[in-house]
Amino acid sequence: MIETVTSIFLMLGALFILAGSIGLIRLPDVYCRSHAATKSITLGVTSIMIGSLFYFAAHGLGFSGKNLLTIVFVMLTAPVGAHMIARAAYHFGISIWEGSVKDELKSECKYIKATSAEE
Amino acid sequence: MDLLIIAVDIALVIVAISVAFCFYRVAVGPTIPDKVIALDTIAVNTIAIITLYSVKQKTLLFLDAVLVIAILGFLATVVMAKYLQRGDIVDRDSN
Repeated sequence: MIETVTSIFLMLGALFILAGSIGLIRLPDVYCRSHAATKSITLGVTSIMIGSLFYFAAHGLGFSGKNLLTIVFVMLTAPVGAHMIARAAYHFGISIWEGSVKDELKSECKYIKATSAEE
Repeated sequence: MDLLIIAVDIALVIVAISVAFCFYRVAVGPTIPDKVIALDTIAVNTIAIITLYSVKQKTLLFLDAVLVIAILGFLATVVMAKYLQRGDIVDRDSN
C-alpha cells in the first residue's frame, strides 16, 4: 500500500520535472523560461520529497526532518531566486519577446536607470 | 519485480533526461540569464536525483547532501543576479 503511494508520488514528481525542462527548451524568452523552470520543477521536487518522506516513515527509518526542511527551503527560495534573476535580466538589457502583451516595468526601469546615473 | 524499484528506476531515467535538456539550454542559451536559470534548474534536479537514490538505497544518509546542494544553488543564483544587475557582488557604498 505505502509502496504504491510512494511510487505514485515519485512518478508524478518526475513527470512534473520533465514538463518543466521541456518548457525550458521550447519557450521563447528568458522570462517565460524562468516561469517554466521555477514553478513546475519546484512542484516536482516537492512531490518527490513527499514520496520519500512517506517511504522513510513507513519503513522504520524514522520521520526525516531533513526531508521536510528541504521542502520548506526549496519552496521558499525558488521564487526568490527566479524573481532576482528575472529582474537582473531586465536591467541587464534583455528585451522581452515580441509576442508579449504587457511590459509594466518599462517606466519604472527608466526611473531606476536615471537615479543610478545621477549618483 | 517490486513496484517501487521499477518506479524509482523510471523516475531516475526521466530526471536524467531532464538534466540533459537543461544542459542543452546551458550550452546554446542565447543570453547569460538563460544559462543561470538552467544551472539553477540543474541544481534542483540534482536534489531530486539524490533523493531518488536514497530511496533506492533505503538510507537517510544522503539527505544532508540534499540540504547543502539546495543552499549552494540558491546562493549561486543570488550572486549571479547581483553580479548581472550591478556589475559587482558586494555593495561598498550602500545608500
